[in-house]
Amino acid sequence: MPRINIAGNAVKRFTHGETALDVEADTFLRLILELDQRFPGLGRQIEESMAIAIDGEIYQDAYHAPLKPGSEIWLIPKIAGG
Amino acid sequence: MAYETLRVVGTRPIRPDGVDKVTGRAQFGADMTMSGQLVGKMKRSPHAHARILGIDATKALALPGVKAVVTSADFPEIPDEMAFVGEGPMNFRDLSCNCMARDKALYEGHAVAAVAATTAAIAEEAVALIEVSYEVLPHVIDVEAAMAEDAPLLHPRMITQGVSPAPTKPSNIAKKIVFALGDVAQGFAEAEAIVERKYTTKPVHQAYIEPHACIAAAGSDGQAQIFSSSQGQFMVRAYAAKLLGMDIASIRVTPAEIGGGFGGKTLVYLEPVALALSRKCGRPVKMVMSREEVFKATGPTSGGTVSVKIGAKKDGTITAAEAVLKYQAGAFAGSPVGPGCMAAFAMYDLKNVTITGYDVVSNRPKVAAYRAPGAPISTFGVESCVDELARKIGMDPIAFRAKNAAKNGTKAAYGPTFRDIGYAETLEAARKHPHYQSPLGKNQGRGVASGFWFNIGGESSAAVNINEDGTAVVVEGNPDIGGSRAALAMMAAEVLGIPVERVRPVVADTSAIGYNFLTGGSRVTFASGMAVVQAAEQAVAELRKRAAISWDIPVDDVAWADGKAHATGASVGKFQPLSLADIALKSARTGGPIGGKAQINAQGAAPGYGTHICDVEVDLETGHVTILRYTAVQDVGRAVHPSYVEGQIQGGVAQGIGWALNEEYIYDKDGRLENPGFLDYRVPVCSDLPMIEAVVVEVPNPRHPFGVKGVGEVPIVPPMAAVANAICDAIGVRMPDLPISPPRLRAAIDRRAEAAE
Amino acid sequence: MSKHHVSATVNGEPVEFLCEPQETLLDVLRDRLNLTGSKEGCGSGDCGACSVIVDGRLLCSCLILGAEAEGRAIETIEGLAQGDKLHPLQQRFLEHAALQCGFCTPGFLVAAKALLDCNPDPTESEARFWLAGNLCRCTGYDKIIRAVLDAAADLRKAKGDARHGL
Repeated sequence: MPRINIAGNAVKRFTHGETALDVEADTFLRLILELDQRFPGLGRQIEESMAIAIDGEIYQDAYHAPLKPGSEIWLIPKIAGG
Repeated sequence: MAYETLRVVGTRPIRPDGVDKVTGRAQFGADMTMSGQLVGKMKRSPHAHARILGIDATKALALPGVKAVVTSADFPEIPDEMAFVGEGPMNFRDLSCNCMARDKALYEGHAVAAVAATTAAIAEEAVALIEVSYEVLPHVIDVEAAMAEDAPLLHPRMITQGVSPAPTKPSNIAKKIVFALGDVAQGFAEAEAIVERKYTTKPVHQAYIEPHACIAAAGSDGQAQIFSSSQGQFMVRAYAAKLLGMDIASIRVTPAEIGGGFGGKTLVYLEPVALALSRKCGRPVKMVMSREEVFKATGPTSGGTVSVKIGAKKDGTITAAEAVLKYQAGAFAGSPVGPGCMAAFAMYDLKNVTITGYDVVSNRPKVAAYRAPGAPISTFGVESCVDELARKIGMDPIAFRAKNAAKNGTKAAYGPTFRDIGYAETLEAARKHPHYQSPLGKNQGRGVASGFWFNIGGESSAAVNINEDGTAVVVEGNPDIGGSRAALAMMAAEVLGIPVERVRPVVADTSAIGYNFLTGGSRVTFASGMAVVQAAEQAVAELRKRAAISWDIPVDDVAWADGKAHATGASVGKFQPLSLADIALKSARTGGPIGGKAQINAQGAAPGYGTHICDVEVDLETGHVTILRYTAVQDVGRAVHPSYVEGQIQGGVAQGIGWALNEEYIYDKDGRLENPGFLDYRVPVCSDLPMIEAVVVEVPNPRHPFGVKGVGEVPIVPPMAAVANAICDAIGVRMPDLPISPPRLRAAIDRRAEAAE
Repeated sequence: MSKHHVSATVNGEPVEFLCEPQETLLDVLRDRLNLTGSKEGCGSGDCGACSVIVDGRLLCSCLILGAEAEGRAIETIEGLAQGDKLHPLQQRFLEHAALQCGFCTPGFLVAAKALLDCNPDPTESEARFWLAGNLCRCTGYDKIIRAVLDAAADLRKAKGDARHGL
């Protein structure tokens, strides 16, 4: 079961302070759907404002990003630039 | 596809848009005219904070030559809605209110109305005739004053996000952010030396030389055209549509050449207003900002306070680090404090770290992105503190950084593990550079600092069309802000196997190519480059197929090399190779026009690191700092056009030196900007700077076909600390407040002298 | 207010125009003569993007009035190349990648031409101080200075060659 770590404090209000969650999802899309079920509103919050780093590779706006058990998975704020 | 032998990438051809730009033919934002055009001018608030009680345009409208006046009443009211732009989440309601103030003017220069008239002189006269009645409100300018309990509130409903339980009272603090790793208290307990200091930076403007400019024309059929200078024609189209309640398909935006942006043109200011005026009077409306308007109503980036505490063992191992950042967002929420927090310690492998950030509104123009948004501010504090700590334990600053450097496998303070990074390589190149060993004279000093930026990919569309004479056109959708046409054409030429002079890149309007995210985040050569490479590869696949048809052999028996199709396998030696031109000339007979097209969301951007060495000489009499020598080392993945890569690095350094030594927004007691011009807001000029040596280190990004990493933002991150550290090395005075202008440095020198007596 | 009738030469060609008393030479060049190569970056003589040469003297065209151009010879960026042959400064700017966005480039080229007209062999420091009235926010000036010094050498060589009948 993939384990998701959440950087920062932006979504703690949804997760009641939890910063690491075990999930069934095997893609970023399924993660959004699953988390929205478990913590209403969190899925949309993540979709709008967060990117996902899988074993150090950052995916932004990528439903297909694959979540594997054993991978290091972080939700981090989306990045733009100048 | 892997490209092992490179013929074009890494060379220095003349840029394809070069001749237009050295002869004055290139059309920038203000250079376009349309038949029947009017001139639009903005009426702006003279107050830093005021309630708008009423706007009376009767006298203005009565002036002969005045064709339209718009106010916020001409813009649909927009519900709070988030969208991801430049700095981070942007609220379209805020964007609308920033383009045209609704019930309150939130900073001096905030637009409150606009006029379209037949001449500039009449438009200016009409602006003066618009009567706005204000109730002037108390204002607040500085970040810590804005955070105070009794500060005047800009937005009465603003409740700080990121605090639980949620505050019950509104404040000017839009958001609190926290990143934490390990146990900081334990880490500091293990430290044998600790440095703790508070640093401040002033807001600085991107100061692109071209003021914002556009021309907009709305037709009675609901269709509109905009010609404007921006960092993204698709951004302009989307925002104009959103702010005016129009369909995206009804607006066609043609990108002008852009006279600098640096992040400051990732937003709209004029376009929706010009379009609203045009809709009202049925004629094209051209709007061009004055320099004063640029300073007062666009950009800048945040100023802020950065409190940093770092502890280390005597052997140089950092045991704990802590930072608290307070960034000014300007009149609406959304400073770059988030990336400021994340970039702050990204150079280091830290076990125990806490970073806290506050996003704070005050009565200043809403900040816009500026090159590596947020990172230069936090990094100034961190890299100054690192320097002081290295001195305290008697370690060479590069050795100290190398001992703690982030490497592949290091966990970032914000969570993920770094991969494919080249920070250590930049430190090593800096250490070995002759500059680092060269002697220094009296009152001269040397400073070192490093910096990090994430870099991004994003949505990108490109097409490659093969012409019947064997040339090719690359159609792309990112305004060329510093030579990206050259880089994209080079990558296409590399894939096609033809000389770059045979490839013509075109930056297309919004109706001629698919969507592209804006030019920003150091993404164009990486992400649009990836789209161009894929489109060119598709074209090559088609060319092979057409050769196979011509030869009547299986396509698997056709290989592409050196711009030609070669028969291989069972057919080897049976046919003379066919050039791109040979195949293109017969395209009608083999199936029609040949080309390729890619529409992607580019992933796999890799972060960039730089390490800078700066030598200064301090004039103790005047406090003036001379930059004697500057070397900037950066990992760029692979330099596609090395001259423009060097140029990005040199330009970023120059902006950083301005940030360090001179640039600042100065307000009077009424919250009015006192220096809205280049005479008093002093950007570096030619005679202020030495040659800036850019040293390119190449640790390729394996997720890009040519190994590209973003380049443009990293170089502005280290200079402020590099300069401050050099000043400290020269005269032993630590300058924690920017800019280190002559009066400020002279005062610090005097204070030290007094303390010594 | 009545308009002024002005006769002048621009890049060697005679021109006539009518202008309002308050119009700057830059306004006239851009809006009346359709020579938009000169740029307005500040309107206050601080950025040099509107640099022109008037009777041999380098000026910011935003700081003089159109009406003051009467009888004068004005050189702008549009007159720097001879037909399709680029001036050595233009050529060197391209080779050195001495431009990024290109907005300040016309002003730099005109100012650099004025420098080389009066000082064919400037030191780096002389070039830096002469060009200190032109702002560039993209390049950090490094490649601009290299291009100007190389173009100066090209021009000296061409002059020397001409003198020696080469």
